[in-house]
Amino acid sequence: MELVVISGKGGTGKTTISAALSELAEDVVNADCDVDAPNLYLMYKGENIEQENFCGGKKAVIDYNLCIGCGMCEKHCKFDAIKHNKVIDYKCEGCGACAVVCYKNAIKLIDEKTAETYVTKTNYGDNKTKVISRAEMEVGTEGSGKLVTEVRKNAKKHIEGRSIIIDGSPGIGCAVMASLTGCDVCVIVTEPTISGFEDFLRVLAVCEHFGIKPLVCINKFDLNLSMTEEIEKFCNENNFIVAGKVPFDETVMKAINNLKPITYYKESPACTAIINMWLTIKKEINK
Amino acid sequence: MSLNIAILSGKGGTGKTTVSTSLTKLLKSNYVDCDVEEPNGFIFFKPKVVKSQDVTVEYPVIDSSKCTICGECAKVCQFNALCKSKNGIMVFEKLCHSCGACSIVCKNKALTYKERVIGIVEEGFSKDISCMRGVLNVGEPMAVPVIKKLLGNLKTGLNILDCSPGTSCNVITTLLKSDAAVLVTEPSAFGLHDLALSVKLLRKLDIPFGVVVNKYSNQDDTILSYCKSEDINIFGVIPFSREGAVNYSKGNMLLDSDEFKHCFNEIAQNMRGVFLWN
Repeated sequence: MELVVISGKGGTGKTTISAALSELAEDVVNADCDVDAPNLYLMYKGENIEQENFCGGKKAVIDYNLCIGCGMCEKHCKFDAIKHNKVIDYKCEGCGACAVVCYKNAIKLIDEKTAETYVTKTNYGDNKTKVISRAEMEVGTEGSGKLVTEVRKNAKKHIEGRSIIIDGSPGIGCAVMASLTGCDVCVIVTEPTISGFEDFLRVLAVCEHFGIKPLVCINKFDLNLSMTEEIEKFCNENNFIVAGKVPFDETVMKAINNLKPITYYKESPACTAIINMWLTIKKEINK
Repeated sequence: MSLNIAILSGKGGTGKTTVSTSLTKLLKSNYVDCDVEEPNGFIFFKPKVVKSQDVTVEYPVIDSSKCTICGECAKVCQFNALCKSKNGIMVFEKLCHSCGACSIVCKNKALTYKERVIGIVEEGFSKDISCMRGVLNVGEPMAVPVIKKLLGNLKTGLNILDCSPGTSCNVITTLLKSDAAVLVTEPSAFGLHDLALSVKLLRKLDIPFGVVVNKYSNQDDTILSYCKSEDINIFGVIPFSREGAVNYSKGNMLLDSDEFKHCFNEIAQNMRGVFLWN
Protein backbone atom coordinates (compact mmCIF):
# COMPACT_ATOMS: atom_id res chain seq x y z
CA MET A 1 0.00 0.00 0.00
CA GLU A 2 1.33 3.44 -0.92
CA LEU A 3 0.12 6.46 1.00
CA VAL A 4 1.12 9.93 -0.21
CA VAL A 5 0.91 13.20 1.72
CA ILE A 6 0.54 16.34 -0.40
CA SER A 7 -0.77 19.85 0.20
CA GLY A 8 -0.82 22.24 -2.72
CA LYS A 9 0.38 25.09 -0.53
CA GLY A 10 3.80 24.86 1.08
CA GLY A 11 4.28 24.82 4.83
CA THR A 12 0.95 23.29 5.80
CA GLY A 13 2.62 20.41 7.65
CA LYS A 14 3.18 17.55 5.19
CA THR A 15 6.46 16.43 6.74
CA THR A 16 5.14 16.73 10.29
CA ILE A 17 2.14 14.58 9.35
CA SER A 18 4.10 12.06 7.22
CA ALA A 19 6.63 11.47 9.97
CA ALA A 20 3.88 11.04 12.55
CA LEU A 21 1.93 8.61 10.36
CA SER A 22 5.11 6.69 9.71
CA GLU A 23 5.62 6.27 13.46
CA LEU A 24 2.02 5.24 14.06
CA ALA A 25 1.95 2.82 11.15
CA GLU A 26 5.24 1.40 12.47
CA ASP A 27 6.35 -1.03 9.87
CA VAL A 28 6.57 1.16 6.80
CA VAL A 29 9.17 2.42 4.39
CA ASN A 30 9.43 6.20 3.97
CA ALA A 31 10.01 8.03 0.72
CA ASP A 32 11.03 11.68 0.94
CA CYS A 33 9.72 12.92 -2.39
CA ASP A 34 10.03 16.64 -1.69
CA VAL A 35 13.27 16.36 -3.62
CA ASP A 36 13.88 20.11 -3.95
CA ALA A 37 13.82 20.67 -0.21
CA PRO A 38 13.85 17.31 1.55
CA ASN A 39 13.21 17.48 5.29
CA LEU A 40 11.79 14.10 6.31
CA TYR A 41 15.19 12.44 6.36
CA LEU A 42 16.44 14.97 8.92
CA MET A 43 14.37 13.06 11.45
CA TYR A 44 15.75 9.74 10.29
CA LYS A 45 19.48 10.10 9.99
CA GLY A 46 21.23 6.77 9.92
CA GLU A 47 23.44 4.65 7.78
CA ASN A 48 23.25 4.90 4.01
CA ILE A 49 22.78 1.34 2.79
CA GLU A 50 22.48 2.46 -0.83
CA GLN A 51 23.85 5.42 -2.73
CA GLU A 52 23.63 6.01 -6.47
CA ASN A 53 24.24 8.80 -8.92
CA PHE A 54 21.11 9.85 -10.77
CA CYS A 55 21.14 11.42 -14.23
CA GLY A 56 17.91 13.31 -14.72
CA GLY A 57 18.71 14.70 -18.12
CA LYS A 58 21.37 15.56 -20.61
CA LYS A 59 23.38 18.62 -21.50
CA ALA A 60 24.86 19.66 -24.85
CA VAL A 61 28.62 19.86 -25.06
CA ILE A 62 30.46 21.46 -28.00
CA ASP A 63 33.74 20.00 -29.22
CA TYR A 64 35.66 23.11 -30.28
CA ASN A 65 38.13 21.01 -32.30
CA LEU A 66 35.30 20.22 -34.70
CA CYS A 67 33.16 23.36 -34.36
CA ILE A 68 33.44 25.88 -37.20
CA GLY A 69 31.26 28.52 -35.55
CA CYS A 70 28.51 28.47 -38.18
CA GLY A 71 25.85 29.30 -35.56
CA MET A 72 23.31 26.70 -36.77
CA CYS A 73 23.03 25.33 -33.24
CA GLU A 74 22.20 28.75 -31.80
CA LYS A 75 19.64 29.32 -34.56
CA HIS A 76 17.78 26.10 -33.77
CA CYS A 77 17.94 26.21 -29.97
CA LYS A 78 14.47 26.99 -28.65
CA PHE A 79 15.75 27.72 -25.16
CA ASP A 80 18.33 30.47 -25.87
CA ALA A 81 20.85 28.07 -24.39
CA ILE A 82 23.60 28.74 -26.93
CA LYS A 83 25.11 32.20 -27.21
CA HIS A 84 28.29 33.05 -29.12
CA ASN A 85 28.96 29.34 -29.55
CA LYS A 86 28.85 28.61 -25.83
CA VAL A 87 26.27 26.39 -24.14
CA ILE A 88 24.58 28.08 -21.19
CA ASP A 89 24.16 25.18 -18.79
CA TYR A 90 21.17 26.49 -16.85
CA LYS A 91 19.16 27.07 -19.97
CA CYS A 92 20.06 23.86 -21.79
CA GLU A 93 17.21 21.33 -21.63
CA GLY A 94 19.23 18.54 -23.22
CA CYS A 95 16.88 18.18 -26.20
CA GLY A 96 19.61 17.51 -28.73
CA ALA A 97 18.24 19.74 -31.50
CA CYS A 98 21.65 21.43 -31.69
CA ALA A 99 23.41 18.06 -32.05
CA VAL A 100 21.06 17.09 -34.86
CA VAL A 101 21.64 20.24 -36.91
CA CYS A 102 25.42 20.32 -36.43
CA TYR A 103 26.73 18.85 -39.68
CA LYS A 104 30.25 18.78 -38.24
CA ASN A 105 29.05 16.45 -35.46
CA ALA A 106 30.67 18.83 -33.01
CA ILE A 107 27.90 18.60 -30.43
CA LYS A 108 27.22 15.68 -28.17
CA LEU A 109 24.61 15.15 -25.50
CA ILE A 110 26.12 13.92 -22.28
CA ASP A 111 24.37 12.54 -19.24
CA GLU A 112 24.08 15.13 -16.52
CA LYS A 113 24.28 13.95 -12.95
CA THR A 114 21.41 15.80 -11.32
CA ALA A 115 21.21 14.09 -7.94
CA GLU A 116 22.36 11.37 -5.62
CA THR A 117 19.77 8.94 -4.35
CA TYR A 118 20.09 7.25 -0.99
CA VAL A 119 18.41 4.57 1.01
CA THR A 120 19.09 5.23 4.66
CA LYS A 121 18.50 2.85 7.57
CA THR A 122 17.95 4.25 11.05
CA ASN A 123 17.90 2.19 14.19
CA TYR A 124 15.71 3.45 16.97
CA GLY A 125 13.78 2.29 19.98
CA ASP A 126 13.72 -1.44 20.79
CA ASN A 127 15.27 -3.11 17.77
CA LYS A 128 13.20 -1.04 15.40
CA THR A 129 14.58 0.19 12.10
CA LYS A 130 13.26 2.79 9.72
CA VAL A 131 14.12 2.75 6.07
CA ILE A 132 13.93 5.97 4.12
CA SER A 133 14.46 6.49 0.41
CA ARG A 134 15.55 10.01 -0.47
CA ALA A 135 17.61 12.17 -2.81
CA GLU A 136 19.91 15.15 -2.76
CA MET A 137 19.76 17.28 -5.89
CA GLU A 138 22.84 18.91 -7.32
CA VAL A 139 22.49 22.67 -6.95
CA GLY A 140 20.86 24.29 -9.96
CA THR A 141 19.68 21.11 -11.66
CA GLU A 142 16.23 20.26 -12.91
CA GLY A 143 14.04 17.23 -13.44
CA SER A 144 12.40 16.91 -10.04
CA GLY A 145 9.62 14.74 -11.49
CA LYS A 146 11.96 12.03 -12.78
CA LEU A 147 13.83 12.04 -9.50
CA VAL A 148 10.64 11.54 -7.51
CA THR A 149 9.92 8.45 -9.62
CA GLU A 150 13.42 7.13 -8.85
CA VAL A 151 13.04 7.75 -5.09
CA ARG A 152 9.76 5.81 -5.12
CA LYS A 153 11.35 3.01 -7.13
CA ASN A 154 14.14 2.74 -4.57
CA ALA A 155 11.65 2.65 -1.71
CA LYS A 156 9.80 -0.21 -3.43
CA LYS A 157 13.01 -2.25 -3.59
CA HIS A 158 13.00 -2.40 0.23
CA ILE A 159 9.37 -2.89 1.08
CA GLU A 160 9.48 -6.60 1.92
CA GLY A 161 5.71 -6.65 2.13
CA ARG A 162 5.45 -3.35 4.00
CA SER A 163 3.64 -0.18 3.02
CA ILE A 164 5.20 3.06 1.81
CA ILE A 165 4.50 6.54 3.16
CA ILE A 166 5.48 9.29 0.72
CA ASP A 167 6.23 12.82 1.87
CA GLY A 168 5.28 14.88 -1.20
CA SER A 169 6.25 18.33 -2.40
CA PRO A 170 4.14 21.49 -2.61
CA GLY A 171 2.58 22.57 -5.91
CA ILE A 172 0.61 20.76 -8.60
CA GLY A 173 3.26 20.11 -11.24
CA CYS A 174 5.36 17.17 -12.37
CA ALA A 175 6.93 16.43 -8.97
CA VAL A 176 3.50 16.18 -7.32
CA MET A 177 2.12 14.10 -10.17
CA ALA A 178 5.07 11.74 -9.94
CA SER A 179 4.34 11.33 -6.21
CA LEU A 180 0.61 10.74 -6.75
CA THR A 181 0.51 8.34 -9.64
CA GLY A 182 -0.24 4.78 -8.60
CA CYS A 183 -0.86 5.59 -4.94
CA ASP A 184 -3.60 3.82 -3.01
CA VAL A 185 -4.26 6.51 -0.43
CA CYS A 186 -3.71 10.24 -0.55
CA VAL A 187 -3.87 12.66 2.38
CA ILE A 188 -4.06 16.36 1.54
CA VAL A 189 -2.78 18.49 4.42
CA THR A 190 -4.32 21.93 4.26
CA GLU A 191 -4.54 24.94 6.57
CA PRO A 192 -7.44 27.31 7.36
CA THR A 193 -6.23 30.27 5.29
CA ILE A 194 -7.63 31.69 2.05
CA SER A 195 -4.32 30.86 0.35
CA GLY A 196 -4.42 27.33 1.75
CA PHE A 197 -7.99 26.72 0.64
CA GLU A 198 -7.41 27.99 -2.91
CA ASP A 199 -4.31 25.83 -3.23
CA PHE A 200 -6.17 22.86 -1.74
CA LEU A 201 -8.83 23.11 -4.46
CA ARG A 202 -6.19 23.02 -7.17
CA VAL A 203 -4.32 20.03 -5.80
CA LEU A 204 -7.66 18.31 -5.26
CA ALA A 205 -8.34 18.73 -8.98
CA VAL A 206 -4.99 17.03 -9.69
CA CYS A 207 -6.08 14.08 -7.53
CA GLU A 208 -9.33 13.84 -9.47
CA HIS A 209 -7.29 13.87 -12.67
CA PHE A 210 -5.53 10.76 -11.33
CA GLY A 211 -8.74 9.11 -10.16
CA ILE A 212 -7.68 9.33 -6.50
CA LYS A 213 -10.16 10.35 -3.80
CA PRO A 214 -8.06 11.98 -1.10
CA LEU A 215 -8.60 12.22 2.64
CA VAL A 216 -8.25 15.69 4.11
CA CYS A 217 -6.34 16.88 7.14
CA ILE A 218 -6.93 20.44 8.35
CA ASN A 219 -3.74 21.39 10.18
CA LYS A 220 -3.50 24.35 12.60
CA PHE A 221 -7.31 24.36 12.35
CA ASP A 222 -7.89 26.59 15.35
CA LEU A 223 -6.05 29.55 13.79
CA ASN A 224 -9.21 30.42 11.89
CA LEU A 225 -12.32 28.51 12.88
CA SER A 226 -14.59 30.07 10.28
CA MET A 227 -12.16 29.15 7.52
CA THR A 228 -11.99 25.61 8.96
CA GLU A 229 -15.77 25.49 8.84
CA GLU A 230 -15.71 26.58 5.21
CA ILE A 231 -13.28 23.79 4.32
CA GLU A 232 -15.37 21.23 6.21
CA LYS A 233 -18.54 22.45 4.49
CA PHE A 234 -16.88 22.11 1.11
CA CYS A 235 -15.68 18.60 1.94
CA ASN A 236 -19.10 17.50 3.17
CA GLU A 237 -20.84 18.89 0.10
CA ASN A 238 -18.39 17.14 -2.20
CA ASN A 239 -18.02 13.84 -0.33
CA PHE A 240 -14.47 14.27 0.86
CA ILE A 241 -13.69 12.88 4.28
CA VAL A 242 -11.97 15.17 6.75
CA ALA A 243 -9.83 12.51 8.38
CA GLY A 244 -8.46 14.85 11.02
CA LYS A 245 -8.28 18.35 12.41
CA VAL A 246 -5.00 19.11 14.13
CA PRO A 247 -4.74 22.15 16.42
CA PHE A 248 -1.91 24.68 16.24
CA ASP A 249 0.53 23.42 18.85
CA GLU A 250 3.89 24.95 19.76
CA THR A 251 5.14 21.46 20.61
CA VAL A 252 5.27 20.77 16.86
CA MET A 253 8.03 23.37 16.39
CA LYS A 254 9.81 22.00 19.44
CA ALA A 255 9.64 18.52 17.92
CA ILE A 256 10.96 19.75 14.55
CA ASN A 257 13.85 21.55 16.20
CA ASN A 258 14.70 18.40 18.11
CA LEU A 259 14.38 16.48 14.83
CA LYS A 260 11.80 14.18 16.37
CA PRO A 261 8.37 13.20 15.06
CA ILE A 262 5.55 14.83 17.05
CA THR A 263 4.51 11.36 18.25
CA TYR A 264 7.42 11.47 20.69
CA TYR A 265 5.45 14.08 22.63
CA LYS A 266 2.47 12.03 23.77
CA GLU A 267 0.95 14.90 25.80
CA SER A 268 0.85 17.23 22.81
CA PRO A 269 -2.65 18.09 21.53
CA ALA A 270 -1.36 17.83 17.96
CA CYS A 271 -0.12 14.29 18.68
CA THR A 272 -3.50 13.26 20.08
CA ALA A 273 -5.29 14.67 17.04
CA ILE A 274 -2.94 12.87 14.65
CA ILE A 275 -3.39 9.56 16.49
CA ASN A 276 -7.17 9.93 16.06
CA MET A 277 -6.67 10.84 12.42
CA TRP A 278 -4.60 7.70 11.87
CA LEU A 279 -7.46 5.61 13.22
CA THR A 280 -9.81 7.25 10.70
CA ILE A 281 -7.31 6.75 7.88
CA LYS A 282 -6.92 3.05 8.75
CA LYS A 283 -10.70 2.65 8.79
CA GLU A 284 -10.94 4.19 5.32
CA ILE A 285 -8.08 2.05 3.98
CA ASN A 286 -9.78 -1.11 5.22
CA LYS A 287 -13.11 -0.24 3.57
CA MET B 1 15.32 50.66 -16.36
CA SER B 2 14.31 47.66 -14.29
CA LEU B 3 15.36 46.01 -11.11
CA ASN B 4 13.98 42.53 -10.57
CA ILE B 5 14.11 41.19 -7.03
CA ALA B 6 13.19 37.52 -6.47
CA ILE B 7 11.62 36.51 -3.17
CA LEU B 8 12.38 32.84 -2.58
CA SER B 9 12.74 30.37 0.25
CA GLY B 10 13.50 26.75 -0.56
CA LYS B 11 11.10 25.54 2.10
CA GLY B 12 7.43 26.16 1.49
CA GLY B 13 5.32 28.22 3.83
CA THR B 14 8.07 30.45 5.23
CA GLY B 15 6.34 33.62 4.09
CA LYS B 16 7.37 34.49 0.53
CA THR B 17 3.98 35.87 -0.44
CA THR B 18 3.56 37.49 2.97
CA VAL B 19 6.84 39.36 2.47
CA SER B 20 6.42 39.97 -1.29
CA THR B 21 3.00 41.59 -1.00
CA SER B 22 3.89 43.85 1.92
CA LEU B 23 7.21 44.87 0.36
CA THR B 24 5.49 45.66 -2.93
CA LYS B 25 2.96 47.88 -1.19
CA LEU B 26 5.64 49.67 0.84
CA LEU B 27 7.99 50.20 -2.10
CA LYS B 28 5.15 50.94 -4.55
CA SER B 29 6.77 48.45 -6.90
CA ASN B 30 5.27 46.00 -9.40
CA TYR B 31 4.12 42.62 -8.09
CA VAL B 32 4.71 39.47 -10.15
CA ASP B 33 3.41 36.15 -8.85
CA CYS B 34 5.74 33.53 -10.35
CA ASP B 35 4.37 30.67 -8.24
CA VAL B 36 2.24 29.64 -11.19
CA GLU B 37 1.36 26.23 -9.73
CA GLU B 38 -0.23 27.74 -6.61
CA PRO B 39 -0.43 31.55 -6.96
CA ASN B 40 -1.70 33.37 -3.87
CA GLY B 41 -0.62 36.99 -4.28
CA PHE B 42 -3.84 38.21 -5.87
CA ILE B 43 -5.71 37.22 -2.68
CA PHE B 44 -3.92 40.09 -0.92
CA PHE B 45 -4.00 42.66 -3.73
CA LYS B 46 -7.43 41.81 -5.17
CA PRO B 47 -6.46 43.57 -8.41
CA LYS B 48 -8.85 44.47 -11.17
CA VAL B 49 -7.66 42.23 -14.00
CA VAL B 50 -7.41 44.23 -17.23
CA LYS B 51 -5.45 41.86 -19.44
CA SER B 52 -5.42 38.11 -19.80
CA GLN B 53 -3.39 36.02 -22.21
CA ASP B 54 -3.32 32.30 -22.85
CA VAL B 55 0.04 30.59 -22.52
CA THR B 56 0.52 28.07 -25.29
CA VAL B 57 3.17 25.49 -26.11
CA GLU B 58 3.81 23.67 -29.35
CA TYR B 59 3.42 19.94 -29.73
CA PRO B 60 4.04 17.71 -32.75
CA VAL B 61 1.27 16.47 -34.98
CA ILE B 62 1.99 13.59 -37.35
CA ASP B 63 0.58 13.55 -40.87
CA SER B 64 -0.06 9.83 -41.24
CA SER B 65 -0.28 10.14 -45.04
CA LYS B 66 3.39 11.19 -45.11
CA CYS B 67 4.71 9.26 -42.11
CA THR B 68 6.62 6.07 -42.93
CA ILE B 69 6.90 5.08 -39.25
CA CYS B 70 10.68 5.11 -39.53
CA GLY B 71 10.82 6.08 -35.85
CA GLU B 72 13.61 8.65 -36.18
CA CYS B 73 11.51 11.25 -34.35
CA ALA B 74 10.92 8.90 -31.43
CA LYS B 75 14.63 8.06 -31.33
CA VAL B 76 15.73 11.69 -31.17
CA CYS B 77 13.16 12.76 -28.57
CA GLN B 78 14.85 12.99 -25.18
CA PHE B 79 11.59 13.32 -23.32
CA ASN B 80 9.70 10.18 -24.39
CA ALA B 81 7.02 12.35 -25.98
CA LEU B 82 7.03 10.25 -29.14
CA CYS B 83 6.70 6.51 -29.27
CA LYS B 84 6.95 4.23 -32.27
CA SER B 85 4.33 1.52 -32.43
CA LYS B 86 3.31 -0.90 -35.19
CA ASN B 87 0.45 1.32 -36.29
CA GLY B 88 2.16 4.66 -36.15
CA ILE B 89 3.86 7.22 -33.98
CA MET B 90 2.11 8.06 -30.70
CA VAL B 91 2.45 11.57 -29.31
CA PHE B 92 2.39 12.26 -25.55
CA GLU B 93 1.71 16.00 -25.64
CA LYS B 94 2.28 16.68 -21.97
CA LEU B 95 5.82 15.27 -22.11
CA CYS B 96 6.77 17.42 -25.09
CA HIS B 97 9.30 20.20 -24.37
CA SER B 98 8.62 21.89 -27.74
CA CYS B 99 12.28 21.66 -28.76
CA GLY B 100 11.66 20.97 -32.46
CA ALA B 101 14.20 18.13 -32.72
CA CYS B 102 11.61 15.71 -34.10
CA SER B 103 10.67 17.81 -37.10
CA ILE B 104 14.36 18.44 -37.88
CA VAL B 105 15.02 14.70 -38.25
CA CYS B 106 11.82 13.88 -40.15
CA LYS B 107 12.84 13.18 -43.77
CA ASN B 108 9.23 12.99 -44.96
CA LYS B 109 8.05 16.35 -43.68
CA ALA B 110 5.36 14.48 -41.79
CA LEU B 111 5.67 16.56 -38.62
CA THR B 112 4.08 19.91 -38.03
CA TYR B 113 3.36 21.72 -34.79
CA LYS B 114 0.12 22.83 -33.25
CA GLU B 115 -0.35 24.93 -30.16
CA ARG B 116 -2.17 23.98 -27.01
CA VAL B 117 -3.04 26.08 -23.98
CA ILE B 118 -1.33 25.19 -20.70
CA GLY B 119 -2.11 28.23 -18.60
CA ILE B 120 -2.77 31.92 -18.47
CA VAL B 121 -0.99 35.15 -17.55
CA GLU B 122 -3.01 37.97 -16.06
CA GLU B 123 -2.31 41.62 -15.46
CA GLY B 124 -4.21 44.06 -13.35
CA PHE B 125 -4.08 46.98 -10.95
CA SER B 126 -4.68 47.27 -7.25
CA LYS B 127 -4.95 51.01 -6.61
CA ASP B 128 -1.74 52.12 -8.39
CA ILE B 129 0.11 48.88 -8.06
CA SER B 130 0.63 46.76 -11.14
CA CYS B 131 -0.01 43.09 -10.38
CA MET B 132 0.80 40.22 -12.68
CA ARG B 133 0.54 36.50 -12.27
CA GLY B 134 0.74 33.24 -14.16
CA VAL B 135 -1.61 30.33 -13.52
CA LEU B 136 -0.75 26.82 -14.70
CA ASN B 137 -3.74 24.74 -15.78
CA VAL B 138 -4.45 21.87 -13.38
CA GLY B 139 -3.24 18.64 -14.95
CA GLU B 140 -0.29 20.21 -16.73
CA PRO B 141 3.08 18.99 -15.45
CA MET B 142 5.35 21.80 -16.63
CA ALA B 143 5.16 25.25 -15.11
CA VAL B 144 8.28 26.71 -16.75
CA PRO B 145 6.66 27.90 -20.02
CA VAL B 146 4.05 29.85 -18.00
CA ILE B 147 6.76 31.43 -15.85
CA LYS B 148 8.79 32.34 -18.96
CA LYS B 149 5.78 34.00 -20.59
CA LEU B 150 5.08 35.96 -17.41
CA LEU B 151 8.70 37.10 -17.10
CA GLY B 152 8.72 38.09 -20.77
CA ASN B 153 6.11 40.75 -20.00
CA LEU B 154 7.77 42.48 -17.05
CA LYS B 155 7.18 46.17 -16.66
CA THR B 156 9.97 48.71 -16.15
CA GLY B 157 10.80 49.83 -12.66
CA LEU B 158 11.12 47.71 -9.54
CA ASN B 159 9.63 44.24 -9.91
CA ILE B 160 9.07 42.00 -6.90
CA LEU B 161 9.06 38.41 -8.18
CA ASP B 162 7.20 36.12 -5.77
CA CYS B 163 8.76 32.69 -6.42
CA SER B 164 7.50 29.15 -6.00
CA PRO B 165 8.93 27.01 -3.21
CA GLY B 166 11.78 24.66 -3.98
CA THR B 167 15.14 25.06 -5.66
CA SER B 168 14.56 23.52 -9.07
CA CYS B 169 13.24 24.48 -12.54
CA ASN B 170 10.53 26.94 -11.49
CA VAL B 171 12.81 28.87 -9.16
CA ILE B 172 15.81 28.77 -11.51
CA THR B 173 13.70 30.13 -14.37
CA THR B 174 12.68 33.08 -12.18
CA LEU B 175 16.21 33.63 -10.86
CA LEU B 176 17.63 33.82 -14.40
CA LYS B 177 15.61 37.02 -14.80
CA SER B 178 16.49 38.37 -11.36
CA ASP B 179 19.06 40.96 -10.40
CA ALA B 180 18.85 40.32 -6.69
CA ALA B 181 17.10 38.05 -4.21
CA VAL B 182 15.55 38.03 -0.77
CA LEU B 183 15.56 34.67 0.99
CA VAL B 184 12.64 34.28 3.38
CA THR B 185 13.24 31.67 6.03
CA GLU B 186 11.78 30.56 9.35
CA PRO B 187 13.68 29.68 12.51
CA SER B 188 13.31 25.92 12.44
CA ALA B 189 15.61 23.02 11.68
CA PHE B 190 13.80 22.53 8.35
CA GLY B 191 14.00 26.25 7.57
CA LEU B 192 17.75 26.27 8.18
CA HIS B 193 18.35 23.15 6.10
CA ASP B 194 16.46 24.49 3.10
CA LEU B 195 17.96 27.98 3.52
CA ALA B 196 21.40 26.46 3.04
CA LEU B 197 20.25 24.83 -0.23
CA SER B 198 18.88 28.15 -1.51
CA VAL B 199 22.08 29.96 -0.53
CA LYS B 200 24.09 27.43 -2.56
CA LEU B 201 21.83 28.06 -5.57
CA LEU B 202 22.10 31.86 -5.35
CA ARG B 203 25.86 31.69 -4.99
CA LYS B 204 26.11 29.38 -8.00
CA LEU B 205 24.04 31.84 -10.05
CA ASP B 206 26.02 34.74 -8.60
CA ILE B 207 22.96 36.70 -7.49
CA PRO B 208 23.35 39.15 -4.61
CA PHE B 209 20.97 38.36 -1.76
CA GLY B 210 20.00 38.84 1.83
CA VAL B 211 17.81 37.03 4.33
CA VAL B 212 14.55 37.84 6.09
CA VAL B 213 13.70 35.66 9.07
CA ASN B 214 9.93 35.33 9.35
CA LYS B 215 8.03 33.93 12.36
CA TYR B 216 11.07 34.95 14.38
CA SER B 217 11.40 34.43 18.08
CA ASN B 218 14.45 35.50 20.06
CA GLN B 219 14.49 32.06 21.66
CA ASP B 220 16.10 30.68 18.55
CA ASP B 221 19.13 32.25 16.93
CA THR B 222 20.21 29.37 14.69
CA ILE B 223 19.34 31.23 11.48
CA LEU B 224 21.04 34.46 12.56
CA SER B 225 24.14 32.53 13.68
CA TYR B 226 24.24 30.67 10.37
CA CYS B 227 23.97 33.94 8.42
CA LYS B 228 26.72 35.55 10.47
CA SER B 229 29.03 32.56 10.00
CA GLU B 230 28.39 32.60 6.24
CA ASP B 231 28.73 36.37 5.98
CA ILE B 232 25.16 36.70 4.71
CA ASN B 233 23.28 40.00 4.95
CA ILE B 234 20.28 39.91 7.25
CA PHE B 235 17.67 42.35 6.00
CA GLY B 236 15.46 41.95 9.02
CA VAL B 237 13.18 39.78 11.10
CA ILE B 238 9.42 39.55 11.35
CA PRO B 239 8.32 38.29 14.75
CA PHE B 240 6.04 35.28 15.08
CA SER B 241 2.60 36.43 15.97
CA ARG B 242 -0.57 34.39 16.17
CA GLU B 243 -2.52 37.54 15.32
CA GLY B 244 -0.33 37.97 12.23
CA ALA B 245 -1.09 34.39 11.22
CA VAL B 246 -4.83 34.96 11.66
CA ASN B 247 -4.67 38.16 9.59
CA TYR B 248 -2.80 36.31 6.86
CA SER B 249 -5.44 33.59 6.93
CA LYS B 250 -8.07 36.22 6.13
CA GLY B 251 -6.12 37.61 3.18
CA ASN B 252 -4.84 40.73 4.92
CA MET B 253 -1.36 42.12 4.37
CA LEU B 254 0.95 42.27 7.38
CA LEU B 255 2.01 45.79 6.39
CA ASP B 256 -1.50 46.98 7.23
CA SER B 257 -0.94 46.17 10.95
CA ASP B 258 1.06 48.65 13.00
CA GLU B 259 2.79 45.69 14.63
CA PHE B 260 4.76 44.97 11.44
CA LYS B 261 5.21 48.31 9.64
CA HIS B 262 8.60 49.00 11.21
CA CYS B 263 9.83 45.49 10.29
CA PHE B 264 9.16 46.09 6.61
CA ASN B 265 10.64 49.60 6.75
CA GLU B 266 13.84 48.15 8.15
CA ILE B 267 13.89 45.34 5.58
CA ALA B 268 13.38 47.80 2.71
CA GLN B 269 16.11 50.11 4.02
CA ASN B 270 18.59 47.27 4.33
CA MET B 271 17.69 45.97 0.89
CA ARG B 272 18.37 49.41 -0.59
CA GLY B 273 21.73 49.47 1.14
CA VAL B 274 22.79 46.09 -0.24
CA PHE B 275 21.18 46.22 -3.68
CA LEU B 276 22.10 49.89 -4.12
CA TRP B 277 19.07 51.36 -5.73
CA ASN B 278 17.58 54.80 -5.07
